[in-house]
Amino acid sequence: MKPLISLDNICLKQGERDILSHISLTLREAEITSVIGPNGAGKTSLVRLILGLAQPTSGHIQRTPRLRIGYMPQKLTTNTTLPLTVKRFLSLAHHSAMTTDQALQRAGASHLGSSSMHKLSGGETQRVLLARALLAKPQLLVLDEPAQGVDITGQEALYQRISDLRDELRCAVLVVSHDLHWVMAKTDSVICLNQHICCHGHPQTVSSDPAYLTLFGQETDPALAPYVHEHDHAHSIHGDVIGEGCQHD
Amino acid sequence: MTDLLLYAMAAGLMLVTATGPLGTIIVWQRMAYYGDTLAHSALLGVALGLMLETSIELSVVTVCVVLALGLGPLHRISGHNLDSLLGIASHTSLALGLVAVSLQSGNSIDLNSFLFGDILAVNLRDLLLLGAVSGSCVVLLMLNWNGLVALAAHRDLAQVEGRAVVHLEVLQMVLIALVVAVGMKIVGVLLISALLIIPATAAGSFSRSPEGVALSATALGMISVIGGMLCALQLDIPAGPAIVLFASLLFFLSLLSRYWKRTI
Repeated sequence: MKPLISLDNICLKQGERDILSHISLTLREAEITSVIGPNGAGKTSLVRLILGLAQPTSGHIQRTPRLRIGYMPQKLTTNTTLPLTVKRFLSLAHHSAMTTDQALQRAGASHLGSSSMHKLSGGETQRVLLARALLAKPQLLVLDEPAQGVDITGQEALYQRISDLRDELRCAVLVVSHDLHWVMAKTDSVICLNQHICCHGHPQTVSSDPAYLTLFGQETDPALAPYVHEHDHAHSIHGDVIGEGCQHD
Repeated sequence: MTDLLLYAMAAGLMLVTATGPLGTIIVWQRMAYYGDTLAHSALLGVALGLMLETSIELSVVTVCVVLALGLGPLHRISGHNLDSLLGIASHTSLALGLVAVSLQSGNSIDLNSFLFGDILAVNLRDLLLLGAVSGSCVVLLMLNWNGLVALAAHRDLAQVEGRAVVHLEVLQMVLIALVVAVGMKIVGVLLISALLIIPATAAGSFSRSPEGVALSATALGMISVIGGMLCALQLDIPAGPAIVLFASLLFFLSLLSRYWKRTI
């Protein structure tokens, strides 16, 4: 599969604080890569680096020229004084390779076209954001916690839709998720992030990796895995790993 | 007298044609305080213009643009809140402007006309300049409208989609600076940002599309200019503040209409 974007030994500092250190990864065409990790692990910072919204302190990011990225932000905080219908919101996209109706249909939001953006529920908002991300027929789809504010059945449908879209558009997908069940069952590659990449690889490899188990517990059924954050190592106030532990590459 | 009134009315109407859509963008971006700061710094521009004996409009635009472009880096370097910095910049430049104007030799300058405007003193040259500036402002806004609305709706999304967000932000600032420089004559540096913010905020109650809000803002601005000037003539009060008060009145009426719509 063709690599679309490669991060080579990326570090990001905020003042004296390390947000991300020594991150190397490659996103490939038609591959779903998921990022999991505890709060404050730098997941959103990683997403912003990949999107080009932030610049790394050191390291190198290589992108395919004219890479079309579709981005679905964590949530939409539009000003309520800016009146927008869903269709008008979609028409704000810079490039469109399909009509707004096609995008809405692909995102499962056809019925929402003339609704006001400010009156949508959490799940509806996410579908509209997905439609906007799809408009440019992206080569890379970046989803930052897409299931936030969506109820359980809606989450399942949303994740199924993401898998379908990958098959249909052959795009790479990068998704930040808390849903370990889906991550383990449906994604091609998992990045377990805690300021550094704790482990990285195929879900099966990752789920038996000691670093993963220390972050997410020893449960055999990932669906039941409690979202806990237990360290075999400690972090200093700056986020550096102190002492032993994290015995992997 | 009729010439004077006609000029004044035309000047006011031309100004609000530009402040309507520009003001809506400012309100959506939550940049109301930004407009205020740039407007206050205009007095410093006036003082510089008088000192260097250049065109006052030119020096005002220069000072506003320099301040607007300087605020971003200052915010990043100092680490202070942007609203604190805006407050500091706003009042420092206003105070500095007042001091600098008062130091001018000759001192035949009417400070009030800069602070509160003097719409009845508008001459043909002012009118032409105002027409040119408002016209180009409206054209630039129309050409970049979708980008500006996208920026206001979600900056990150706009940037990821490949919009030149920094260019758009600079454009906004330059347009604010230009409008302040020409609008100063009409309502003065202390009140010019009112024409940007009040009609635009009131217009939010009357429209369901971004374009509708921009047009309503201009319409409300025009009503304010006409109503304010008529009041000023009838009651013999200064025109600039009267126009602003009329806009405020429309804003309160918009609140009432919103409340009324909700109850039925």
